[in-house]
Amino acid sequence: MLDNPKKALVSVRDVKMHFPIHSGLLRRKTGAVKAVDGITFDVIEGETLGLVGESGCGKSTAGRAVLRLYDITSGEITMDGIEIGSTPQSQLREMRPMMQMVFQDPQASLNSRMTVEAIIREPLDEHTTLTAQEKREKVAELMDAVGLNRAFAKRYPQAFSGGQRQRIGIARALALNPKFIVCDEPIAALDVSIQAQVVNLLEDLQEQFGLTYLFISHDLSMVRHIATRVAVMYLGKIVELADRETLFAAPLHPYTKALLSAVPEPDPSLARKTERIILQGDVPSPSNPPKGCNFCSRCPAVMDICREVEPAYREVKPRQFTACHLFNES
Amino acid sequence: MPDGALPVLDVQGLKTVFKTRGGEVHAVNDVSFDLKAGELLGVVGESGSGKSVTMMSLLGLLPMPPAEIRAGRVMFDGQDLLKVSAEELRRVRGGKIGFVFQDPMTSLNPVFTVGSQIAEPLRKHMGMSKKDAAVRSKELLQLVGIPDAERRLDDYPHQFSGGMRQRVMIAIALACDPQVLIADEPTTALDVTIQAQILELMQELREKLGMAVIWITHDLGVIAGIADRVMVMYGGQGVEHAPVHELFSNPQHPYTSALLKTIPSISGKRAARLTVIEGQPPLVVGTPTSCPFRERCSKAMPVCAVKVPPRFEIGEGHDTACFLADPLEIAHAG
Repeated sequence: MLDNPKKALVSVRDVKMHFPIHSGLLRRKTGAVKAVDGITFDVIEGETLGLVGESGCGKSTAGRAVLRLYDITSGEITMDGIEIGSTPQSQLREMRPMMQMVFQDPQASLNSRMTVEAIIREPLDEHTTLTAQEKREKVAELMDAVGLNRAFAKRYPQAFSGGQRQRIGIARALALNPKFIVCDEPIAALDVSIQAQVVNLLEDLQEQFGLTYLFISHDLSMVRHIATRVAVMYLGKIVELADRETLFAAPLHPYTKALLSAVPEPDPSLARKTERIILQGDVPSPSNPPKGCNFCSRCPAVMDICREVEPAYREVKPRQFTACHLFNES
Repeated sequence: MPDGALPVLDVQGLKTVFKTRGGEVHAVNDVSFDLKAGELLGVVGESGSGKSVTMMSLLGLLPMPPAEIRAGRVMFDGQDLLKVSAEELRRVRGGKIGFVFQDPMTSLNPVFTVGSQIAEPLRKHMGMSKKDAAVRSKELLQLVGIPDAERRLDDYPHQFSGGMRQRVMIAIALACDPQVLIADEPTTALDVTIQAQILELMQELREKLGMAVIWITHDLGVIAGIADRVMVMYGGQGVEHAPVHELFSNPQHPYTSALLKTIPSISGKRAARLTVIEGQPPLVVGTPTSCPFRERCSKAMPVCAVKVPPRFEIGEGHDTACFLADPLEIAHAG
């Protein structure tokens, strides 16, 4: 179905991640938060797949599920030809070096009692048999690669600014020569003038080391800059996936259209001309999604069928996938 | 838009310092601006640029010490807010000047119902009876577009979503028909589709109520959509003041133009590589003696290191604190 001319490094098929809700005196399972509810996509070798959506849509959970930081509810994940969807955590350990993660909050994701050197060295300690000297050299190389001054190796993370801390997190993710990195909102906590620095660094490293990224973000204009293809999530499902240019120029799904029109345009003459699609109401709870299409409660183009039948996610135009009844020729 | 209107708020030469163990941090340094009736002034800047501290200074909301307002004049309603008694200032705050903060979760009290929190300013400032305040609270919730307003008055903040909570905050700020509304990053914690709802609501309310608004944000996209005039802040200074179209089409300060280039857009041409402003925003310790942007500026000159640039007028309502615009410097260079 999703055959691509280039090789898919990561294939995700119908992955679900439901978190149980326990309540009552006996803490019985009374429901589930369907954070990720059946997503299917490929990440092609060397590309950056942007994953966008609003808070609570399940994009971070999806990123973590793909790396098997969770035990997923169901589905298949193939990483470089190896199926890891149901592999027990103990056996996943050998796979960890090739798949890494950069977290959103560089304040919280770095141990404040470890020096920068120790933080970047930790994956080497865990997964390699390098000598102390080799490790020191590798750490210094990594610090160079991400633009940190080697002289600061003995300092603690709190001595660094937000942008520099994110560089430390990136250096740690690179330590084991990974192929695939999930970047979970890597720039959301940074100032505008620093965001560009980190994004440029990620692009340079991708070229230098041949990395493949899953870039999770709510910042659509930044995703347009960095991503090769973009997937849009809403309430646990991918509603649309297409090449960057197609998605931003000719989106199909009504949610994608609304999301794009809501982004403030940094140009006053444009900003005041464009017709905004203002969505009414809020996102429903993922523990109790509406019947039929998840977006039916807010969709400006809702039809009767949308409240009954869930639309299938399929390739509507070449390389453009969407899940919407508007594009089902019946 | 409303040209020639008298300013409702006039801030001149505001200086705020924080006394810390590392020395005196000059958070706001000689900031001057005015706000005309009915207009929306956008204040842009990165974190630490002094935008919030400026607004908190003029409302007397900073803890003193460590903060100290060194100089300045804030004329509002015929009096200098920096000189009036704490009692009088309390009457102004929440009364004639309303404000909305960034995080709607922490700025509402979780143990009181939304209704009682909207009624509080009505009873305190307008001396309304409990019954009248309840009626007005309901109207206010309807005004900010909360469905089923009457029933929701008895709900607690946690029963509202983020966007709805921000609407409640706006309702509280509007309770006493303020002449000025100060909104400090009111949509930063919200998703884009919810932000779009709030921005639209704000435009509607301005048309309906005619108040003047100061809108603080780091998002130039938001500014482009709603502001009439803009003040760009950097390192505690207002580095550029301009009407919004002028600012985007003809930015004069190197920081403004660099900032405009670093942000990617969702339409238009996609740059192969993002323009970067190297380095970090400064922390101004001690009395400033140079341009705060000097170290990151690609056009820095010797004079930038020895003097704080004053504001040079470029055109109608447009000025910039940069020596590049100094007629004398231009003469030197020429």
